Amino acid sequence: MNDLTPTREQREAALEGMGCKRKRVEDVRFTQGKGQYVDDVKLPGMVFGDFVRSPYAHAKVTKIDATEALKLPGVIAVLTAEDLKGVNLAWMPTLAGDVQMVLADGKVLYQNQEVAFVVAENRYIADDAIQLVEVEYEELPVIVDPFKSMDPDAPVLRPDLEGKTEGAHGPRKHHNHIFTWEVGDKDETARAFDEADVTIKEKISYHRTHPSPLETCQCIASMDKVKGELTIWGTFQAPHVIRTVASLLSTIPEHKIHVVAPDIGGGFGNKVGAYPGYICSIVASIVTGVPVKWVEDRMENLSTTSFARDYHMTAEIAAKSDGTVTGLKVHVLADHGGFDACADPSKWPAGFFNIVTGSYDFPVAHLEVDGVYTNKAPGGVAYRCSFRVTEAAYCIERAMDILAQKLGMDPADLRMKNFVKPEQFPYQSALGWEYDSGDYHTAMQKVMDTIGYRELRAEQKAKQEAFKRGETREIMGIGISFFTEIVGAGPSKNCDILGVAMFDSAEIRVHPTGSVISRMGTKSQGQGHETTWAQIIATEIGIPAADIMVEEGNTDTAPYGLGTYGSRSTPVAGAAIALAARKIRNKAQMIAAHMLEVSEYDLDWDVDGFQVKGNPQARKSMKEIAWAAYHAPPPGMEPGLEAVSYYDPPNMTYPFGAYFCVMDIDVDTGVAKTRRFYALDDCGTRINPMIIEGQVHGGLTEAFAIAMGQEIRYDEIGNVLGASFMDFFLPTAVETPHWETDYTVTPSPHHPIGAKGVGESPNVGGVPAFSNAVNDAFQFLGSTHIQMPHDAWRLWQVAKDLGVHG
Amino acid sequence: MSDTEQFPVTMTVNGKKVQRFVEARTLLIHFLREDLNLTGPHIGCETTHCGACTVEMNGMSVKTCTLFAVQANGAELTTIEGMANPDGTLSALQEGFRQMHGLQCGFCTPGMIMRAHTLLKENPNPTEDEIRMGISGNLCRCTGYQNIVKAIQYAAAKLNGTDFQEAAE
Repeated sequence: MNDLTPTREQREAALEGMGCKRKRVEDVRFTQGKGQYVDDVKLPGMVFGDFVRSPYAHAKVTKIDATEALKLPGVIAVLTAEDLKGVNLAWMPTLAGDVQMVLADGKVLYQNQEVAFVVAENRYIADDAIQLVEVEYEELPVIVDPFKSMDPDAPVLRPDLEGKTEGAHGPRKHHNHIFTWEVGDKDETARAFDEADVTIKEKISYHRTHPSPLETCQCIASMDKVKGELTIWGTFQAPHVIRTVASLLSTIPEHKIHVVAPDIGGGFGNKVGAYPGYICSIVASIVTGVPVKWVEDRMENLSTTSFARDYHMTAEIAAKSDGTVTGLKVHVLADHGGFDACADPSKWPAGFFNIVTGSYDFPVAHLEVDGVYTNKAPGGVAYRCSFRVTEAAYCIERAMDILAQKLGMDPADLRMKNFVKPEQFPYQSALGWEYDSGDYHTAMQKVMDTIGYRELRAEQKAKQEAFKRGETREIMGIGISFFTEIVGAGPSKNCDILGVAMFDSAEIRVHPTGSVISRMGTKSQGQGHETTWAQIIATEIGIPAADIMVEEGNTDTAPYGLGTYGSRSTPVAGAAIALAARKIRNKAQMIAAHMLEVSEYDLDWDVDGFQVKGNPQARKSMKEIAWAAYHAPPPGMEPGLEAVSYYDPPNMTYPFGAYFCVMDIDVDTGVAKTRRFYALDDCGTRINPMIIEGQVHGGLTEAFAIAMGQEIRYDEIGNVLGASFMDFFLPTAVETPHWETDYTVTPSPHHPIGAKGVGESPNVGGVPAFSNAVNDAFQFLGSTHIQMPHDAWRLWQVAKDLGVHG
Repeated sequence: MSDTEQFPVTMTVNGKKVQRFVEARTLLIHFLREDLNLTGPHIGCETTHCGACTVEMNGMSVKTCTLFAVQANGAELTTIEGMANPDGTLSALQEGFRQMHGLQCGFCTPGMIMRAHTLLKENPNPTEDEIRMGISGNLCRCTGYQNIVKAIQYAAAKLNGTDFQEAAE
């Protein structure tokens, strides 16, 4: 060693491994406009597909006449359900065990439903041709309100299911009923309510909205008829699942289907499902023999490819007079639209909504979810949350505030009193989950101290007095949300998609010169996997992140994985990466032992290589070991240095956080201003703090949008209101609040690196924080619960209804 | 005039003169992406709301999804592809977005950087509020804007030769 020998710290820093705020490698191409998104891909001879859509929400389709459209120069084909029947693709299975029309088969069930698929030489001609396809409709009565869906005289929405008394998730009790899902102990919960000192009951709705990534859903299907091979480029959060589904539907062998998900312009759950556009493009390419591109426009995106939420929850809590909760009862009416296409693991018709006991130690609970059909778009995707977890978090966090109000207790104190205690972990919840780790009290106290919670309450009280005296027209709310997420789906014992267990995977290959290529079954849509996955590998095998290339999204090269959604990438693929890397390190240790002529047990791992115990000068770096692995491996050992790992997680992970929102509302305009938003997240081990912070900012902004105005509304005849960015609220830089972030670290005990996942926590925790702030502000005027979204018009109406406008 | 009648257009894009024939109804964004293969500008809404298609035209920020290519006849355009330094390194704004983590999925980024580019010409030393107002025609779904604001402040400082002070959280 001499002065030029790098210190341990210098060698560690050079790796840019876990915990480091590594700048993103993706940004070099993205900042130069050199990303490659689906619509950037051009193939020779490529043509364009586009849909004729229904103007009606519920109607019989009595005639489709494409004669005039086909006369237009440049129009190649017009596909209808009748054409798709020839290849048995007029209907497709959904992830939820239902079937869905690909193109209208005799009727339509929601506005803008796909009726015919026009294929033309370019986008403009396709658009012209759409206008020339004549479709005759016979209007039918429309159901928009899910509460009227199961009326005895409600119109039959799904004649294809007539007489089917059994659905994918048990008995159906009405022609518009999909499933009833029941969890928990009904009798014991009823007893808790009988014996309670205090109970509350409130209908808490979480309105319909949409993930709305800036890039819409799109694909290119290219059938090579000579080779019998199909290649699909697409905006797929789960490319391997798309390949399997495409194979099952098309009967093309799976090895002859190549799915490529290039750069994706945001997903947020929108790009998990399989949509008619994909199926029609594939069929059109098979029919025409040329590549077919389909790119939905924004209106199509907002009104047809999925939706989120639309959960109508009735929450009841039983408690002692000191605030100790003794029971929870929740009923949900879930509006699934015209087809049940919810993107949940197959056995979970309401996702993981049974996380609804939240962060609190409920001894008993009972949950029942009824799914119903209405004349709205299908979907039910997890919009930046694990499956139905944001609905559950909203439900319990509102309900706890309502209980606090009834008890006259401070809502922070009520939460502190009922939190699951650190010593109770692993904690078995009343509705069946085993929470892996947590320290809720510490997180909560840290935020309360930092923002000066008690002082804010005193200020609020003074403002309320001033308001009553007529000295101000502004009211102040403090919104608290303490959420527990459940992510990382998931263990094969209870999670699968169409029968494929929800493991994930990683493959790592170390090249002779010590650089690395690695591939995963996940697919980034902005999460920065190319940066962070390399950081995990760097720390595990001591090769600088800069020398590690991460590749995702090509099903030919990547090991099978279930994709990126539900904050599952880090909990599942992140674990697979660490374990694959450890396999490499184990082999490297044997090679190093051979090189240093010692027993492998005489070696210590040290940052970026192995050294002999008690003799740190005798060491071999990973770079040297990599060369040896190809040049002169130990006798009897296979050459090479690579590993694959498929990881079946033993449990979910349970990130949590404490979010506080301070808000001022002008009662005469309804305008709400977020004065302060403080978000503390505990996602276990932190891989890249810069990226975590960015994820939290983004998730909070989406939560802000959802709580404060973003909605997919329908009028009484099923017209979509709000299917453009004119009407659908996406906050700009002006409305978006300033975010303050913080953290605690409670590692997951069962995850190889202790990480829990974070991308969706801010949406899950953010929505209740905003809504609780609004509700908290109005509470002293006699309000108990105000439904979201809380836009200025609605808040003005609330103030008016409470009589404060005089 | 039929829908498919072709008209000549000439414009300077990223310093290069281009001449093409286009239909009158061809949108400028499609002209850039399909005819010129400049796929940096993106299409997010087709209604002038999201700004992913923003480029600079004759010194002004324009949204190319609601301009016809023929309206740009004779104009001078800069797209994201024309933003890197002549030696190929990242320009101050591009570097700022990377350093400050001002992007995630990258889809809004070309439009956002082009808007910021013109904004800094209009106002070389903007306050945070002026930046927020200045980019309010560009939507981002990933970042929550806070780091985009910092990225633009970083670039402004670099272009002005002053020190960039990252605001304390």
